[in-house]
Amino acid sequence: MRMHLTPQRPTRRAGLTRRKVLAGGVLTVGFALAGWQSPTRAGGIGGARSVDPNAVDTFLSVNGDGTVTLYCGKVDLGQGLRIAMRQIAGEELGIGVDKIKYVEGDTALTPDQGRTSGSNGIQRGGTQIRRAAATARAGLIALAAQRLNVNPDDLIAEGGVVRSKSGANNGGSNGGTGIRFADLVAGGNFNLKLDPKAPLKNPATYSLVGKPLPRPDVPAKCTGTFTYMQDFSLPGMVHARVIRPPAIGAKLIAVDETSIKNLPGASVVRIQDFLAVIADDEWTAVRAAGTLRAQWSEWSGLPAQDKLVATLRAKTDLTDEMLVSRGGEQAGNYGALSRSASYYWPMQSHGSIGPSCAVADVDKEAATVWTASQGTHGNRKTFARFLRLPEDQVRLIYLEGAGCYGMNGHEDAAADAAILSQAIGRPVRVQWSRQDEHGWDPKGPPQLLDISGVVDSTGRIREWRTEMWLPQTTKGLSDIPLLGPAAAGLDDVRGLQPGAISQNTDPPYAADKVEVLAHWLKDAPLRPAPIRSPGKPANCFAVESFTDELASAAGLDPIEFRLRGLDDKRGVEAIKRAAALMNWQSRPSPGSGKNAGNGAAVMRGRGFAYVHYKHSESYVAMGIDVAVERASGRIKVERVACAFDCGQIINPDGARAQVEGSILQTLSRVLLEEVQFDQSRVTSVDWNSYPILRFSDVPQIEIELIDRPTEAPVGAGEAACTTVGAALANAVFDATGARLRTVPFTPERVKAALGAA
Amino acid sequence: MANYRLRINGFERTIEASDPDQPLLYGLRGLGLTATKFGCGLGQCGACNVLIDGRPVRSCLTTVADAQGKSVTTLEGLGSVSAPHPVQAAFIKAQVPQCGYCTSGMIVSAVALLADKPKPTEYDVRSALEGNLCRCGTHVRVVRAVMAASGQGG
Repeated sequence: MRMHLTPQRPTRRAGLTRRKVLAGGVLTVGFALAGWQSPTRAGGIGGARSVDPNAVDTFLSVNGDGTVTLYCGKVDLGQGLRIAMRQIAGEELGIGVDKIKYVEGDTALTPDQGRTSGSNGIQRGGTQIRRAAATARAGLIALAAQRLNVNPDDLIAEGGVVRSKSGANNGGSNGGTGIRFADLVAGGNFNLKLDPKAPLKNPATYSLVGKPLPRPDVPAKCTGTFTYMQDFSLPGMVHARVIRPPAIGAKLIAVDETSIKNLPGASVVRIQDFLAVIADDEWTAVRAAGTLRAQWSEWSGLPAQDKLVATLRAKTDLTDEMLVSRGGEQAGNYGALSRSASYYWPMQSHGSIGPSCAVADVDKEAATVWTASQGTHGNRKTFARFLRLPEDQVRLIYLEGAGCYGMNGHEDAAADAAILSQAIGRPVRVQWSRQDEHGWDPKGPPQLLDISGVVDSTGRIREWRTEMWLPQTTKGLSDIPLLGPAAAGLDDVRGLQPGAISQNTDPPYAADKVEVLAHWLKDAPLRPAPIRSPGKPANCFAVESFTDELASAAGLDPIEFRLRGLDDKRGVEAIKRAAALMNWQSRPSPGSGKNAGNGAAVMRGRGFAYVHYKHSESYVAMGIDVAVERASGRIKVERVACAFDCGQIINPDGARAQVEGSILQTLSRVLLEEVQFDQSRVTSVDWNSYPILRFSDVPQIEIELIDRPTEAPVGAGEAACTTVGAALANAVFDATGARLRTVPFTPERVKAALGAA
Repeated sequence: MANYRLRINGFERTIEASDPDQPLLYGLRGLGLTATKFGCGLGQCGACNVLIDGRPVRSCLTTVADAQGKSVTTLEGLGSVSAPHPVQAAFIKAQVPQCGYCTSGMIVSAVALLADKPKPTEYDVRSALEGNLCRCGTHVRVVRAVMAASGQGG
């Protein structure tokens, strides 16, 4: 059967009601199907709630049952915002986290707080929520003061009630226990504007912020009751698989629909070059996708992988931008030593353990899309455009999927599902295959950095110049190129969004003259996207490796060299704490008697790296101990020690988990990961051809969190990714005298470097 | 459409499938037992691990026909939020999962290990979980939780 584009009127529509789910002692607002009622008709896809970011009611509502509901535009991907945001809001408002219900990432219910990215969930989203909660508390106290005819200064909000600080005068009907929030706020609404000057609690009095409270989703995730995006279904939903072309730019010439005629209920949807199969049950859809015969045109437009670096360097359609230029020419001879080196970070995949998945329900008037995207609000415009629907009739609802770490295939799967649902007039679930995810998720872009520098014998950096080649960033997330709309001829934007990938390309140390020149490439070989800490693992790998090269040239201990050039007290403290964790003995690298020439079968060394993330956020100092096997070229990472300062810590266990994850995920990227491709397609499409870290590769990890309760909280989810590459390369240099300047550090590359050292 | 009878989490269940080669994974998820995850369909990642007659197997590579008549245990069958299995309790206490997509397979593999070897070494734990991939980097906590569940450390 051939499905045509003319949408049939859906006979049944999905409706949603909120239900309360008690999970791990914390109330969570979930969604359950309750009969068949359209979300549109149930109160409007947009406009049901205020989403004005300046209104307190956008973030908080008071419920009659003694709870409040927190509406958060940032989403939890496993990084712990569900508890951290409750801690922030509960602290300021004066209510326990177990009395806070939570709604996240729903374009109809939550404010647009920007994409959950750049490690800014707490820093920006949390700060906004803190301000809303502080404004709400001041409002509740003012209302209670008015009712009780007392001075607001004599009242306190605590445990969901406003009461007298002295315990007296608490209002007759409440038995002296205070006035419940719900009794103060008629209809649950505050009708207040966010007040940037609303008084904040003194951190010294915190009872929730700074505590390692457990994450509410963990019990459900450990017992199988958590509903992931991949587990979500709607009544009447069909299963779809999209068939991507065998070559990236190939066009669909012909489809043989008879090839799947033996599969019960399977059918084909074709819209230009967008090809999919649908079936009532998932396995039939999987079989149909594998059975369907289609003819595609030839295409081989990718550069040769082994010539990619040279290709980047030879590009002529560049936009040059001088990102940093400070200091001036130095006069005189200062016994200078000059060095130059070139560093390369390859294209990498997000490597999500679960391939992307989405469910969409689209009719002539409106669309509801369930997605694991980190940017539901930002995607709404894109989806409205290719679905040809008004933006206020498109609703995206976040459901957590397998970890994403940037922008994997979640957005594409959601677009696939939306296109198909619009085409057939039924709810559609699209589940990508492993090969789809590895082959088609947008990739972390390639980054090439040349650095040259001059250092004097005292360790002073006289000159530093970074010149780098990297793909152009774009102006907005509404311009993400998506596979489905492009193939179907519905939308074809060329905008890219690799994130702020040019940061941390100048050294954090004193230097007389610094220049950073970016050669922005018009496009990337494979569709680019941000991966955790976008661009900065590569940049810091280059900058902190080169810093080590200068320290070695000056004959100085790597930590001593860094400290001589660093004024920032928080940075200095992080470095000293990490050095203490490492039991660091001051000496230059490489270690004596340990270099490649001494014939030892296993060479051991230690390396160090430091970053002040984006020059404005977290401080990370990291040491790594390695053993390098001469014969195999294998690097064994034995220990990682990290001192981490993200300002005020909201939840130390959550922050620690993020640092652990940052270290291990980036070790995987540095040791193992590079997308393989021929001139037509990605060829590393499973875990054998794109291996990631396994348990046997996991080192001992020691993390020291530096809490600064009176500083602003900044992100903990990315910064520790950035120091891993250089700390490891510097440790290998210390062990062997050989420099690794190309990621990943495969045994072949190690052996080649040992041979050249 | 054929019926395949098997015991799942202690109950007699029937999986309907038109294809005897349909992986058990799809049969389980079709019954609403969605703790068991599709990760690769290639037997490479361990996200779909279940116990069959007590042994950990990849449900993406096990057909419904092969599973017929056997006893299958999924994460849901091990315990619940109110009455978790000791390994589940240890994972919760150690706050192991981040995204948690690999957690079901991790716990199933760990339960199989501890049934075999109640007091494993850390090396045993790492070896038993070598076929389970995690992308969030929770490995250190996984090992800590399994050791704690065996009454060692934690």
